[in-house]
Amino acid sequence: MPATRRYTINTIGISFLWLCGILTVIVLLLIAGYILFNGLGAINWDFLTQPPKDNEKAGGIYPTIVATLYITIIALVVATPLSVGGAVYMAEYAKDNYIAKLVRFGADSLAGIPSIMFGLFGYLLFVYTLGLKFSLISGSLAVAFMVLPIILRVSEEAIKVVPETYKHGSLALGSTKWQTIWKVVLPTALPGIVTGVILGMGRIVGETAVFLLTTGGVAKVPTSLLDPVRPMTVHAYLLASENLSLKNAFGTGATLLLIVLAITLTSNYITRRYMAKMGGKL
Amino acid sequence: MRIGEKIIESGLTVCALSSVLIILLIFFFIITNGLPIILKEGLTNFIFGNEWNPDFNIYGAFPLIVASFVVTVLSLIIALPFGIGCSILIAEVAPVWVRNILRPAIDMLAGIPSILYGLFGLVIIVPLIMAYLGGPGQSVLACGLVLSVMILPTIISISEDSMRSVPRELREGSLAIGATKWQMITGIVVPAAMSGIVTSIVLAMGRAIGETMAVIMVCGGVAKIPSSLLSPVYPITAVIASEWGYASGDHQAALFAIGIVLLIFIMILNLIILISKRYSISGNKV
Repeated sequence: MPATRRYTINTIGISFLWLCGILTVIVLLLIAGYILFNGLGAINWDFLTQPPKDNEKAGGIYPTIVATLYITIIALVVATPLSVGGAVYMAEYAKDNYIAKLVRFGADSLAGIPSIMFGLFGYLLFVYTLGLKFSLISGSLAVAFMVLPIILRVSEEAIKVVPETYKHGSLALGSTKWQTIWKVVLPTALPGIVTGVILGMGRIVGETAVFLLTTGGVAKVPTSLLDPVRPMTVHAYLLASENLSLKNAFGTGATLLLIVLAITLTSNYITRRYMAKMGGKL
Repeated sequence: MRIGEKIIESGLTVCALSSVLIILLIFFFIITNGLPIILKEGLTNFIFGNEWNPDFNIYGAFPLIVASFVVTVLSLIIALPFGIGCSILIAEVAPVWVRNILRPAIDMLAGIPSILYGLFGLVIIVPLIMAYLGGPGQSVLACGLVLSVMILPTIISISEDSMRSVPRELREGSLAIGATKWQMITGIVVPAAMSGIVTSIVLAMGRAIGETMAVIMVCGGVAKIPSSLLSPVYPITAVIASEWGYASGDHQAALFAIGIVLLIFIMILNLIILISKRYSISGNKV
């Protein structure tokens, strides 16, 4: 190939790469900007603190914010111990044995299962078989299973990068394996584990399909775990798809977007500080 | 003391095994609830039947399966060049400050809830297609466009990871014998990172075929095999989510049955990833 042609191709190729990068940023700005532009106008104090009125054509979204908050808390309370426990096992106890391979395959498969399947499954197990009805608790448990592999994976990586010397120091002082894990490994890995939990939180807040199938969709503040609820995502979907109020759908969407962006930025911030401290890769 | 340690270890093992248990439960519940209707309709009638009409108790899933497939492939065709391009840019070309803009931007793109992609598609993309290309607007093309943006972060972050783990020596060797940067990228980095790139594509396929909320708002909900990119479609996930509210009896069972089809697709994709990891050239795990 003649030299000039090589350099021309090089220039064209590299320019294409830059185009891809610029386009990606533009798409992000376009989507986020459009949602915020159309939604921020609807957001005010009343919108955030009042229930919907006029058959949901007007009013606020307070009950849906409460629903999303409750679901997030319950799901994380269920999923975090299970997944961090699993991560400790995978990082510290499993020695590439068949259990480790099984769990790895299970967790990877679980991470790939579409959220709608967790909805179907949640209906069959919690709503129907266990008789928990279309409710706050059914939706929370279903979504807890959905985020379990995410928290597991991130926590496991965080535990693995804890330096061996820390553990040796602790073991040399005569502490047992569990004491070492509890007092040395977990505190060191905490920022990484927190990142995993925050990532899970983002997924829960943004999830729709699971809740559409399991929570019943009543836009009222729940008084018990067995009450039906409607999280923000489902609210935005119903408002838009049943053409009730596009303005409030965008208002709900913008509120959601702001929450999710805050969550993403927080986890990025923690990861970066943590990476700088550990000098490793997460 | 030793007993305490043992108890804790078994407790942790149980935690780890919970994800295996959950996946088994998911398969068990969905298969036991969906299989009877497939057997009743007949497997071939169910898979290749051309009519999905719950009002008359006719459940032929072929148009739905085709819809899911077509929409997924189209989104991949759109997203792939940009996704791979962007990952090369981040891994090989861009200076640090550009990386520091692109990475968070991609994280944010990944974090935007799917319902918002749907909302954006419904209010912007659908009217644009209707105005400039014709048809009902809610179409294969609309689904493909919305999905392509949603799977972009998956393709970018995983491909980029695998490109970064290509050993430095390979790059330097290529540059040292006079290759241009582009020749180095296409000749060395991309082939060496191929297993990771394949993994990212397969994962993106899984994301696209399983996506529900974005698709449901822009697909149109017509259970016919699409004749063009502008025809409305009715992918599996959209059927489940939109008919769930009023389905009962056989109809509900049929929704579980198409759920089984979706599960089978996803498990095939998982197996492909497992195999592609085994044939990794550079030996890095993604």
